[in-house]
Amino acid sequence: MTSEKRLDGRKADEMREIEAKVGIIKRADGSAYFRIGDTIAIAAVYGPRELFPRFLQNPETGILRCNYDMTTFSVTERKRPGPNRRGVEISLVTEKSLLPAVDLSQFPNAVVDVFVEIIQANSGTRCAGISAASLALAHAGVPMKDMVAAISVGKINGKVYVDLTKDEEDEEDATDIPVAFTARGKKLTLLQLDGNVSKKELQEALKLGKASCEKINKIQYKALKDYYKNE
Amino acid sequence: MNNDYITSLLKEDKRIDGRKLDDHREIKIEYNVSKNAEGSARCKLGETEVIAGVKMSIGEPYPDSQDEGVIIVTAELIPLANPEFELGPPNSWATELARVVDRGIRESNMIDFKSLCIKEGEKVWMLFLDIYPINDDGNLIDASVLAALAALKSARFPKIEDDKVVFGEFTNEKLKLSKLPITFTFGKIGDTIMLDPNSKEESVLDSRLSVSVFDGNIHAMQKGGNKEISIEDVEKIVDIAIKKEKEVRSLLK
Repeated sequence: MTSEKRLDGRKADEMREIEAKVGIIKRADGSAYFRIGDTIAIAAVYGPRELFPRFLQNPETGILRCNYDMTTFSVTERKRPGPNRRGVEISLVTEKSLLPAVDLSQFPNAVVDVFVEIIQANSGTRCAGISAASLALAHAGVPMKDMVAAISVGKINGKVYVDLTKDEEDEEDATDIPVAFTARGKKLTLLQLDGNVSKKELQEALKLGKASCEKINKIQYKALKDYYKNE
Repeated sequence: MNNDYITSLLKEDKRIDGRKLDDHREIKIEYNVSKNAEGSARCKLGETEVIAGVKMSIGEPYPDSQDEGVIIVTAELIPLANPEFELGPPNSWATELARVVDRGIRESNMIDFKSLCIKEGEKVWMLFLDIYPINDDGNLIDASVLAALAALKSARFPKIEDDKVVFGEFTNEKLKLSKLPITFTFGKIGDTIMLDPNSKEESVLDSRLSVSVFDGNIHAMQKGGNKEISIEDVEKIVDIAIKKEKEVRSLLK
């Protein structure tokens, strides 16, 4: 990738096409679909509901619990069914990225469960999952202080790009920086980094991530409005 | 309360969603819902939604069938689909679901397993068919079978180099299927038998019977539920299934 153009012809600050919908899983209290390019995440929210086993309950506040997983056929080489170490970690960071945005103080001893499933993967799955989960929480009517959007930014050959694809991630010395921002607070709730960047490059990446999350927020709000328009 | 309502309606041969006793809900099938799979499909049966995907790789045959390919069917009852599903290893219901789908496929010989042999005793194609309910509004079995058949139907072989699969690259060669056995699940509440119970009906079912049929023959059956059924019930159910199979199969075109 020597020229300005990327492998799929996008500009450096251009995300892949995004599609977002809520209310896709009738059985759930809240649900959402979030597609970015060839990456598809769906999320379902159940609760607030009573938390079992009881010793996990918190009498002060409700608890948020997130689970991230991928279908076995979402990736080119079949993933073994069930949780793995990667999934456990992503579940944790998903939870932490959503927690600052929800207010569960009125639901002592209860739990809000968020389940994210990746149906089709081409990079950026944790970020798509977080953007879907935030939408599903809003759709469920869980009290929220803010909305959360997530995107991966990265560096290839000394240049910063948003929303890397699998092919781009596979480039030599590509650095991957998934971030999530609150919509109104404009603060980070997810920040991971895997590679090698200078402080200046990091600053540039975070700025690009923030601007991109603002674009995703608009798409999230539109998905919610469209749903209630059609109700 | 719901239960009383359902049973009182059934006394007049009526169902809560207005269907006749031998009506299934509307079936919608969509192919290629996940690009990295060799084959994939979504089946909507009313509000019930299931996706299935096929992945293929090369492995060793089983010792007792050295010249035959292998199929492994798994169902993950992810808690996204139903508030009662829990995280963790497959429970008995997930295992039953996967095995009922598996038997419908295997016992009908719809797949020529000998054609999946690459080198006898050493290398064969392995098909992984994985089933994911997305929204459980009842009768996951029939929706899973249809999603599975559609996923198999759309499956194409991956590219191979030096007897190894090139991940993410596909050929135009389709998996050959000789027939498509359709599974119909019936519920019994009191003396009434109904096709394709929804989740509300499932919650009050006395017993359940699934039958997999092709061309008037029965390839797999599974009785579930806590109460007994009569031989007459079975005959009635088989008759309805055979009467309906063509109509449902035509949706897989």
